[in-house]
Amino acid sequence: MNNSQILSIVTFIYGAAAFLYLAAWAFKKDPPGKLATATTLLAVAGNLLGLLMRWRESYALGIGHAPLSNLYESLAFFALVIGILYLVIEWRYKSRIIGVFCAPLAFLAIAYASLSPNISDRIQPLIPALKSNWLIAHVVLCFVGYAAFAIAFGVSIMYLIRQRDNSEPGPLLARFPIPRILDELNYQLIMFGFLFLSAGIITGAVWANSAWGRYWGWDPKETWSLITWFVYATLLHAKLMRGWHGRRIAYLSILGFFAVLFTYFGVNLLPGLHSYGAG
Amino acid sequence: MLLTLAGTSIVGTLIPQNQSPTDYIQAFGEFGFKLFSVLGLFDMYHAWWFLLLLLALTVNIIVCSIDRFPAVWKIVRGSQKGIKAGRFRKLSNRQTVVHRGSPDDLQSTIEKLIAKSFGKLQVEKTDGGFLLFAEKRRWTRLGVYVVHTSIVLLLLGSIIGSIYGFEGSVNIAEGETVDTIRLRNSNQIYKLDFSIRCDDFDVSFYETGAPKEFRSDLTLLDNGNPVYTKSIIVNDPIRFRGINIFQSSYGQIPSDKVTLGFTSQETGMNYTETMQPGLTVEIPEDLGSLTLQGLNRQATFKGHNIGAAYVATLKVKDSEPREILLPVRFPSFDRMRKGDVFISVVGQEEKYFTGLQVTRDPGVWVVYTGFILMLAGCFITFFMSHQQVLVEVETTAGETRVRVSGTANKNKLGMDSRVERLAQVLADESL
Repeated sequence: MNNSQILSIVTFIYGAAAFLYLAAWAFKKDPPGKLATATTLLAVAGNLLGLLMRWRESYALGIGHAPLSNLYESLAFFALVIGILYLVIEWRYKSRIIGVFCAPLAFLAIAYASLSPNISDRIQPLIPALKSNWLIAHVVLCFVGYAAFAIAFGVSIMYLIRQRDNSEPGPLLARFPIPRILDELNYQLIMFGFLFLSAGIITGAVWANSAWGRYWGWDPKETWSLITWFVYATLLHAKLMRGWHGRRIAYLSILGFFAVLFTYFGVNLLPGLHSYGAG
Repeated sequence: MLLTLAGTSIVGTLIPQNQSPTDYIQAFGEFGFKLFSVLGLFDMYHAWWFLLLLLALTVNIIVCSIDRFPAVWKIVRGSQKGIKAGRFRKLSNRQTVVHRGSPDDLQSTIEKLIAKSFGKLQVEKTDGGFLLFAEKRRWTRLGVYVVHTSIVLLLLGSIIGSIYGFEGSVNIAEGETVDTIRLRNSNQIYKLDFSIRCDDFDVSFYETGAPKEFRSDLTLLDNGNPVYTKSIIVNDPIRFRGINIFQSSYGQIPSDKVTLGFTSQETGMNYTETMQPGLTVEIPEDLGSLTLQGLNRQATFKGHNIGAAYVATLKVKDSEPREILLPVRFPSFDRMRKGDVFISVVGQEEKYFTGLQVTRDPGVWVVYTGFILMLAGCFITFFMSHQQVLVEVETTAGETRVRVSGTANKNKLGMDSRVERLAQVLADESL
């Protein structure tokens, strides 16, 4: 079995996990919840195994490189980081409801990689510009940041749903973590993501300086990552200086995640140096 | 402010930057082109209004920081004398535990407990007991200024780079030496104080045909003397006297070495000869002599462009030398001359040129310092906080009450649980 077959199976395991989290929430039962956690663990393990196998297979092909070089590989890695980060949060906050909003994100990321006809799952050789140790640092840091923002997005949506009516929450919403916790979690995730995004942009700049002789070139991907950085910087300032919290922070967090999505996918529609992320 | 910058940056990603005017006129029409170029939208990240926005951001950061700094500095210096218990009494995390022993019995144990996680203590005697105050990481309040300084450094570094640095490129054919480059922004020629010789260039390909690696062996010469030699690939440049030389592209140019074929019309025999400009060969069968003049990259014949062609002089016995054209793309061209010998270009050696990016940026270390400060500052600001804790011990009616409360400038939830744990320890231990 090769890596892309494993990753296709992992796609369905993530799907099953998302479904189980939903079932556990809807039927207020613990067993499906525990099963959901186990399924997510299995999916994350499979995801990691698939990527490691892909790494090894690339060496067998004589074009060995870390599986972080194109859209397929980055999406699979994105799903993995979302999965791991989510499991850490589930363990720390002892709440499986967040999984209802996070497992589908991991599922969507890897499903897009596995199922989209436009994304090739072939292992491609690295072009000379990508042959650098900075590749791993840059991509890993960026995607840890993106994954934190993705989960913050899920948590923000939860917050908005929970806060929609200030009156007594219904039986389903009552099982949500209390808004104060969601708000705090959203903020923690954004600080975490912001640090990693900054580190990702910085390693990218240092890499660009060693490959092309300039650390910043206003390439669309660079510019959009900066736009994303500005959005989250605005959010942090609004929170720390203006005391914004709750709903407004949730909206900004959602806006920030749209900027992340555009940086990731939308930029491929624009001309620029990062075109290898396109297919 | 930040969102304005974000918003305007979007425009720059939608309009391709620094293209030729004709492309723009095609895309936006004559009027659109004029309007956009007045607004500087084709090179907007260098347009005056965008630079002004960046400047405004910097001024904003500096002014806000200076505005708040004295108050924060006062806290960080810790100039206040004595323990101010009042502000701790209002805290919601304040917890009380009761003990039998006297305050004096408890003091050393509590001191040890708090000192373990907070370090230096301040203790004050009160009427019925004592106050114990401890704090840590006061300096983390400066984290945000570290971040703001880093941003100012980034902008400062980029200004230094754009004033004292340059960015240019040059193509060097194998074996050739250059000492000038073409600057990217102004398109001017810039003379380096050393010269670059390309000794060799190699490119290897994957089976798919995509380039795998390209490598230039470069020698730097100072007044003609080799001073530095290195083989560079993409991602592994030369850094020499503050100047960086990067491998960025490559290409092929026809070399002037050429193999010519001679076909005798009489005997039908074929002969080949490899030649260079200036060289003369005697054609076998006494068919004359040929002197190669050189390569004309854009040759014309009767007003038609025939592409690259070699120019040669053919001297046949008993007649005047005549100039002939040998086009690379049309091997049978010389048949039209209807001479005794028909000459064609059989093979042409191609030679690689290496495309180098040559830059100098004295601001880069300022920018890198900014990068490090940015990460350190973000870490301090987000994940470290100034924590203060107060323990009040007093005896009333034979009971000793121990009250503990704490505050932090960030992560208040974390501080609450910390106080909670302290209270548990204070209650549990047989103090």
